Amino acid sequence: MSTEQNMIEIENLDVVFGDQPEQALALLDQGLSRQEIIDQTGSVVGVHNANISVKQGEICVLMGLSGSGKSSLLRTLNGLNPISRGSLKVRDGDEIVDLVTCDENTMRHLRTNRISMVFQKFALMPWLTVLENVAFGLEMKGISKKARQQSAMEKLEMVGLAEWAHSKPHELSGGMQQRVGLARAFAMDTDILLMDEPFSALDPLIRAQLQDELIELQRKMKKTILFVSHDLDEALKIGSHIAIMESAKIIQHDKPEDIVLNPKTSYVEDFVAHTNPLNVLGGRTLMTGKELLSEDSSNRIIIDRSHEYWVTLDNGKIKEAGKGDQVLPIEDWQQGDGEKGKFAVATPDISMRDAINLRYSSRLPVLLQEDGQFAGVLNDNNFYYALLGKHFVAD
Amino acid sequence: MEAFVDWLIGNAAGFFDAIAFSLEWLILGVTDLLLMAPAMLLIALTAALGWWLQRSIGLVIFVVASLLLISNLGYWTEMIETLVLVLMATFMCVLFGIPLGILAAHYPKFHIAIRPVLDLMQTIPTFVYLIPTLILFGLGVVPGLISTIIFAIAAPIRLTALGISSVPEELLEAGKAFGATRWKLLFKVELPAAMPNIMAGVTQCIMLSLSMVVIAALVGADGLGKPVVRALNTVNISQGFEAGLAIVLVAIMLDRLCKQPNRDH
Repeated sequence: MSTEQNMIEIENLDVVFGDQPEQALALLDQGLSRQEIIDQTGSVVGVHNANISVKQGEICVLMGLSGSGKSSLLRTLNGLNPISRGSLKVRDGDEIVDLVTCDENTMRHLRTNRISMVFQKFALMPWLTVLENVAFGLEMKGISKKARQQSAMEKLEMVGLAEWAHSKPHELSGGMQQRVGLARAFAMDTDILLMDEPFSALDPLIRAQLQDELIELQRKMKKTILFVSHDLDEALKIGSHIAIMESAKIIQHDKPEDIVLNPKTSYVEDFVAHTNPLNVLGGRTLMTGKELLSEDSSNRIIIDRSHEYWVTLDNGKIKEAGKGDQVLPIEDWQQGDGEKGKFAVATPDISMRDAINLRYSSRLPVLLQEDGQFAGVLNDNNFYYALLGKHFVAD
Repeated sequence: MEAFVDWLIGNAAGFFDAIAFSLEWLILGVTDLLLMAPAMLLIALTAALGWWLQRSIGLVIFVVASLLLISNLGYWTEMIETLVLVLMATFMCVLFGIPLGILAAHYPKFHIAIRPVLDLMQTIPTFVYLIPTLILFGLGVVPGLISTIIFAIAAPIRLTALGISSVPEELLEAGKAFGATRWKLLFKVELPAAMPNIMAGVTQCIMLSLSMVVIAALVGADGLGKPVVRALNTVNISQGFEAGLAIVLVAIMLDRLCKQPNRDH
């Protein structure tokens, strides 16, 4: 672990629940399946040979169906689940702590200073007021009543629930309760945040709203977040990295776009098939690159199948673009709709949603240019392939 | 069995006498203290307590009316004696019962071990253990108190154990995840979460203690049981009913006073 600032480093981690983990681990090494191990020893394999590292500032989403071991993995990070084998290192300021060997006091130090958690079913104490709930962790930390109430109040204001400070949790709606859960975790001022399906119990509208709020808060606070979800759209929306788990194993750990474009196994492919690519894919992965386009006799680059549209370059930069013999105006795109009959020039970072909107409103292919160099073009076929869940195929 | 009791009397008489003496001193002391205060002051205080605990005008009216009626029937002294006995027994039960209940919830083996003992304590006819306690502690209020405790302590143990072991897993996890020590987990998460059950156990304990009043009177404990026993011996129907009514009123009062207020659910 060097300059990279890995906050969490997990190597060959196994988690087995049951009375005789050694026996189960031996069977695991022999290559028996989870079900066979349950039948023979009664032990349940929660996580099998997990290797993953999470850098400072990342939101890493652990994705999988229920029972895939994503929550089990998350819970080992703050010691709620035992580690049967392997190593799990967490950055503690300038030091690195291995959870396998650390004692109870170190564990408690990590829980009060480095790692806090948000729960699926909120897990608020029903007998405490909202404010006291937010201050709960600070109380465990041993902070004086006045100081912790002040700090808790600030966090409540941050999630917009200051006027509910003295209500009991059951008076609040689900979405508000989870905001209290978030405030409670933020109040600990830890570097690492564990979120165990925090939005799954909420209805879709509130869920989307809280996702946006989380992204917004993360922009300000730059925490390292481990987020468990069974919803790929959610994972793609908030994750900077996604780790997909299937029957206790991590089968792919990649950036969201790579997961969608290069699913490693058919299992991941099935998952990805049902996602909405509009939110995930960008111009760079969708476009037909410049090197794949051909020129005609008059050095015009043909940018569509029917050889109707073209661009000309000047030192790699777009000079003119047009349809047939006609030269059409060009406009640099920033945001919003394009103008009918005007080529829009965007950067390859444009989202698929914006690109389709430009294509629709300008009635023309979308030109992509980066650092003054023509990079490629987005046309209908690029969009169709992506929408159909296929890899990009050159025209 | 007989040899064992004999051995106890022979070798530990001093010990039992000490217990009997100190408990008796405590009970009589508190009783005298309460009897010194004017009845009207106590009625007012109880009414205020009722208002403070439950915020109900109806309860306050009921408390004042019943206490006045008991006083009018001439059972004021007996009622105070009974009240002290019941509260003392409940106090003892809570003192020992709640820690035992917590232990039972945390150590399933201990729970399995004490369960038959608790069953036995609740089902064995009271008179059976009244005899040895009578021999060990002598005639008076103490054997009554001990028998009452034996009979009533199972309720707080059971309900505390139930309450603690049914604390939702996610609350325990939240407590641990935020760095609670074992003691803090007990006092800040488990006990508050189990409080409704524990309070139900305490209320039940009070009611069970009260139901022992007549039996305690048989071994010489003063209180509302005495007139009932006397009425039984003299076949005095009206006296029996009056004393019985006083017991019932005390029971209802204590129950309503201790009831968990409905926390706007």
